[in-house]
Amino acid sequence: MPEMTYLEAISDALREEMRADERVFVMGEDVGAFGGAFKVTDGFAEEFGEARVMDTPLAEAAIVGTAVGAAVVGMRPVCEMQFADFVACGFDQLVNVAGKTHYRFGLAVPIVVRLPSGGGFSGGPFHSQNPEAWFMHAPGLKVVAPSTAEDAKGLLTAAIRDPNPVVFLEHKHLYRRVKGDVPAGAYETPMTARVARPGSDLTVIAYGAMVHAALEATEELGASVEVLDLRSLVPLDTEAILTSVAKTSKIVIVDEANETCAAGAQVAALIAERAFEQLDGPIRRVASPDVPIPFSPPLEAAVLPSVDRIRDACRDLLDY
Amino acid sequence: MEALSRADRVELLRAMLLMRAIEARALALYKQGKVPGSFYDGFGQEAVSVGAAFAMGPRDRLCPLHRDLGAHLVRGVEPARILAQYLGRASGVTGGRDGNVHFGDPASGVMGMVSMLPDMMCVATGMAMAFKLRGEQRVALTWFGDGATSRGDFHEAMNWAGVQRLPVVFVLENNQFAYSTPLAKQFAVDPVERARVYGFPGMTVDGNDAEAVFEAVRVARERALAGGGPTLVEAVTMRMHGHAAHDDMRYVPPELLAEWARRDPIEQQERRVDELGVDVAALRAEVDDEVAAAAEEALAAPMPDPAHAVHGVFATGEPEPLGDGRAPWSGFADEAAARAEAAPA
Repeated sequence: MPEMTYLEAISDALREEMRADERVFVMGEDVGAFGGAFKVTDGFAEEFGEARVMDTPLAEAAIVGTAVGAAVVGMRPVCEMQFADFVACGFDQLVNVAGKTHYRFGLAVPIVVRLPSGGGFSGGPFHSQNPEAWFMHAPGLKVVAPSTAEDAKGLLTAAIRDPNPVVFLEHKHLYRRVKGDVPAGAYETPMTARVARPGSDLTVIAYGAMVHAALEATEELGASVEVLDLRSLVPLDTEAILTSVAKTSKIVIVDEANETCAAGAQVAALIAERAFEQLDGPIRRVASPDVPIPFSPPLEAAVLPSVDRIRDACRDLLDY
Repeated sequence: MEALSRADRVELLRAMLLMRAIEARALALYKQGKVPGSFYDGFGQEAVSVGAAFAMGPRDRLCPLHRDLGAHLVRGVEPARILAQYLGRASGVTGGRDGNVHFGDPASGVMGMVSMLPDMMCVATGMAMAFKLRGEQRVALTWFGDGATSRGDFHEAMNWAGVQRLPVVFVLENNQFAYSTPLAKQFAVDPVERARVYGFPGMTVDGNDAEAVFEAVRVARERALAGGGPTLVEAVTMRMHGHAAHDDMRYVPPELLAEWARRDPIEQQERRVDELGVDVAALRAEVDDEVAAAAEEALAAPMPDPAHAVHGVFATGEPEPLGDGRAPWSGFADEAAARAEAAPA
């Protein structure tokens, strides 16, 4: 199996699907000749031509809206938001048009919206956000957030083949930092959780970049810590979550996003409602506080969940 | 008008009569408390949706608004399903999941609107983008109102369609008011003027003349099929009822309504069809009978099963793209579509 970065794995999925299915095309700002702000589509225009690797006007609402129009007449558009933050400008098209169409009259909208998300490198308030909770709250959208190269490829393939609008969160901090063996050829990763490391004393539930922080934080705790990688937020793998609760009885939930109504809040509510009696301590959450992501390195570091904060939360709960 | 046969001209009238009769019946049902929510109609604007939709071929795709019931009728959606839609019944086009004209029957090649206006301009632009990508001789058309021209999606769609020279027809349904807001508070320059700066033509037509609307859209469609890109067609008309049934229109000068009442689109087309020697009274009676039967059917239809409220959020299986419809198209559009099919891409 070839080793790839997370970013190369995303490119690989796109390339494989575009080679296999002429309905698939990519569209976004600077994705063509320039190959995208992060170079996910580097070389695509040469291979597939400018029509299928479409440089669009700077118009996020129209990127999502035109993708919806193309999808309902038989295409499989994959839109890139240059940064996840900019999806705010396309929010209405995604939430009100893409998300509600199938429910209203049974018309499928197979689009993927790729969101380069997350902080950790002084992107500041407009280039660092993790907006997944906005879309978890919008019925009709699927929301996935891979943490490994293998899953990045498999989940993007699954998203492209899915008949629904899928919001694909790709964490910018993982693009070149995370590498792994990635199977050659096309495969789909199911939109279910994955046990990143099995354990029996405590479970850390995380997704995206926080899976790696959780693994690092719990390496040398002197306890058997399970790390559950959600991979998909909608659908949320309630069975995997409840199974892990039953196994360890102690739960730490990590979001890089700010804490109020974050994905982790939903997970906490699920556990409180369905597995209260299996808990052996309070659910602990580690997330960013409810502030815009600041620019300057010490400020940003003070906001984003760190390995140390996760480790402290785990220690506290293990001692409970 | 050359493109329209005698039968087409009668059909234009019939579709407008059908729209008005359905909406009149639905309004009566609303007043009886049988239509949940609110009620919106296109009274006085029938020529805009009917005339424009009539110029489109079976393989073209449409995104109408809430005052464009005529487009659904031209595309072959049955009156009983429309009335059941207003009534929130299981047999309505959305099965009770959405109300009034917030529907699109996928089989008819029509995508239902959302209330955020003019979102469907972006969607129609995307349909046209797909047609162009695949080298298909097809056109997308959407309607939107004067108020919607103030929102960003208008600009994004117009600009995008101009940049990519897409086969899309934008029909601006200028009905003088956005809810209660008159044109003078909506824009400083008539938006038809904006088309030129986006790089394509804009034209203004009498929106109360179904044949004029048809002809403008026919020409726009021909241009799109020939690779000439988008067209903005401004159909000037008047919203003869309130924004919705609860709206008493106190902000509309009575003389303005009286002036537009003299230009009723249905009466205009009736005069033409009458001159063709068609029995207009018989046509009206036929339409009224059809709507009466449809209303009876819709009123007898069951309400949706509450258990279904949580179903259908997500699609499963291979998506079915919007279909080609079942409508009795204008002879002209059929012929144009056949020519387009035969032409090399």
